[in-house]
Amino acid sequence: MTMLETRKSETAHPARPAPSGPPAPEASVLTMAGAINRALADELAADDSVLVFGEDVGALGGVFRVTDGLTARFGESRCFDTPLAESGIVGTAIGMAMNGMRPVVEMQFDAFAYPAFEQVVSHAAKMSNRTRGAVHLPMVIRIPFGGGIGGVEHHCDSSEAYYVHTPGLTVVCPATPQDAYTLLRAAIHHPDPVVFLEPKKLYWSKAPVDTTAPVDAAEIGRARVVREGTDATIVTYGASVGVALDAAAVAETEGRSIQVVDVRTLTPCDDATIFEAVRATGRAVVVAEAPGFASVASELAARIGEHCFTHLEAPVRRVTGFDTPFAPPKLERHYLPDVDRVLDAVDSLHWED
Amino acid sequence: MISDDLLPRETPVQLIDEHGTAVSDPRYAPPSTERLVEAYRALVQGRRVNDQCSALVRQGRLAVYPSSHGQEACQVAAALALGDDDWLFPTYRDSVAVIARSVDPAQSLVLLRGDWHSGYDPKEFHVAPQATPLATQLLHAVGFAHAATLRGEPTVVLAMCGDGATSEGDFHEAMNFAAVFHVPVVFFVQNNEFAISVPLSRQTAAPSLAHKAIGYGMPGERVDGNDVAALLAVLDTAVERARSGGGPSLVEAHTYRMQAHTNADDDTRYRAREAVQAWVERDPLTRMQAHLRGAGAIDDEAEAVFAAEAEQVATALREAMNAEPELDPEDLFRFVYAERTPQLESQWRMLRDELDRAAMAGTTAGATSPGATEGAR
Ligand SMILES: Cc1ncc(C[n+]2csc(CCOP(=O)(O)OP(=O)(O)O)c2C)c(N)n1
Ligand SMILES: [Mg+2]
Repeated sequence: MTMLETRKSETAHPARPAPSGPPAPEASVLTMAGAINRALADELAADDSVLVFGEDVGALGGVFRVTDGLTARFGESRCFDTPLAESGIVGTAIGMAMNGMRPVVEMQFDAFAYPAFEQVVSHAAKMSNRTRGAVHLPMVIRIPFGGGIGGVEHHCDSSEAYYVHTPGLTVVCPATPQDAYTLLRAAIHHPDPVVFLEPKKLYWSKAPVDTTAPVDAAEIGRARVVREGTDATIVTYGASVGVALDAAAVAETEGRSIQVVDVRTLTPCDDATIFEAVRATGRAVVVAEAPGFASVASELAARIGEHCFTHLEAPVRRVTGFDTPFAPPKLERHYLPDVDRVLDAVDSLHWED
Repeated sequence: MISDDLLPRETPVQLIDEHGTAVSDPRYAPPSTERLVEAYRALVQGRRVNDQCSALVRQGRLAVYPSSHGQEACQVAAALALGDDDWLFPTYRDSVAVIARSVDPAQSLVLLRGDWHSGYDPKEFHVAPQATPLATQLLHAVGFAHAATLRGEPTVVLAMCGDGATSEGDFHEAMNFAAVFHVPVVFFVQNNEFAISVPLSRQTAAPSLAHKAIGYGMPGERVDGNDVAALLAVLDTAVERARSGGGPSLVEAHTYRMQAHTNADDDTRYRAREAVQAWVERDPLTRMQAHLRGAGAIDDEAEAVFAAEAEQVATALREAMNAEPELDPEDLFRFVYAERTPQLESQWRMLRDELDRAAMAGTTAGATSPGATEGAR
């Protein structure tokens, strides 16, 4: 079941151009959902071992239309609906990956991936290590995640910490249509299981996407500075990248120059890019929607604190969701980190001394 | 136990056919006319609630509505088969059953309006919160019933789920636990032939969902899900069996989802209009109406009374949903633990401080337009 548009989503920032510079002339304007669809189609076309399956991914094209048209184009054996069981979907994907396939499976929503947790954390994540590298699992688990869409309970979880906390999983989270395209193709080529987190709030954001560049495996594990600035650095990912950019724009009107880093890959973490950025400004705020306790934001803040200490003018601040279950639609605006909260955190970074 | 006793029939139990004609059954006696009139009255109300909620969702007053239009006989029978002390474990699609268990309609819609995650006190109405994660509530139902047995209470638990949900691991585990512990649970599957876009043929290769019961050592029964008389007869028997120590059973109702999965779904992408149209003739209301009219049990006057009652419920619903509720953001922190942690207390203080500053700046907290932002700061 889905969702209503609330005030928050009406104020969702318009999509920004891909951060990697001006788009190539071939670029077409795509939504993030469209970009993911395109990446799936291009991989299905390029490699017969790629398969797409999950709940409602066939005739319906997914509840977010991400797999629209794939069954019609590639046939029922390449993109198909399964019985309704997430553990079944991930468990059989593991078996397929053991036997020469590259399954890309869809979980319908963040919280509906939990029945598959055992298969993800005990099997997908551990197969390579258990077999001393004899068996790799080249599979992708796509999960629409996060809030900002006015969804009712179980439709807005930010579940990244569970996956990031599990050694053996690579966890990716794009914030633009271009990154969604580029990173998904790289994820499908990746030798290990990738949890691919798709920020639902950004599914309908639009931007030019260049689909002609060759697949670059090194895209996974690469963070990116998406706005230059000299006074403080906001480190963030997913839907919060837009909030950070909006906050940076407001800060500029107040005379503060804010740099924004999009982490893009949560595991492995691109320490080098993040540390270099923070060392240059000497102040850092980490922003993410998930509850803050024992979170990805906490890990990023801890790493920055440990490695950039001598460059820091102030303790690293975190702006996160509250340590509560995700709010119901009508209280969502109080829950999600917004521009005000980010700017309050920036204000607290010891500017006086 | 002879395994034949556990197998469902080849064809679903039916007591009143599509035209309203009574069909005699070797095992199930028809409910009394009085009970059928009561059921019809609830059907009229249930249909009105469904259609009112669909209108409210179009007007933006509800976040989402998974309608049980066409499945009202299942909804009504589930509620009427239970005694006051029995418990119902419903899903997101079962708002009509929840209301038929006398939960205030406005309270039952709190989840779907988006005010909170559940709007009624389960203990007051003996109705568990409506479950969205599929099949999970079936295990809770089994544990609840097991506890009742251990405590020596005569409670029967009726747990609802859809055809799609029977594919989840939790469905299997719930059936197995129930049978092993011999608990007083009735599993009531509304097979409406679809799980969003996925047809039943993609969920199971079994002859029917009710056939699954024998694998756990419990009886399965199939029933016409648009025949409220048959549903009552079969569910009454299952509830009675559970109450008298006979253990769990599985009832599969054959019905049809007449509308899209929810308002957010577009069912023209995956099913033909003719398929939906074919079920219009099997509508649960028209067949009961024809039957009761034929039997002289209701007349124009009774129908007018039922329609007026249903209209009253719809009006109350509309009024409740059109009034903007006063929501307290502190609720976010109140119920996470029995006692608020120091961390949650400080997070609430931070939010309260933001709200106070926003109020002082004469603007709405949380607004993200740059103008409002500067005002709030
Ligand atoms: C564990 C889980 N996975 C996926 C979903 C998303 N989802 C919501 S309803 C639905 C279809 C359920 O079909 P069925 O059980 O037949 O019930 P119906 O909606 O037809 O009443 C799906 C896939 C969910 N709610 N929970
Ligand atoms: Mg169904």
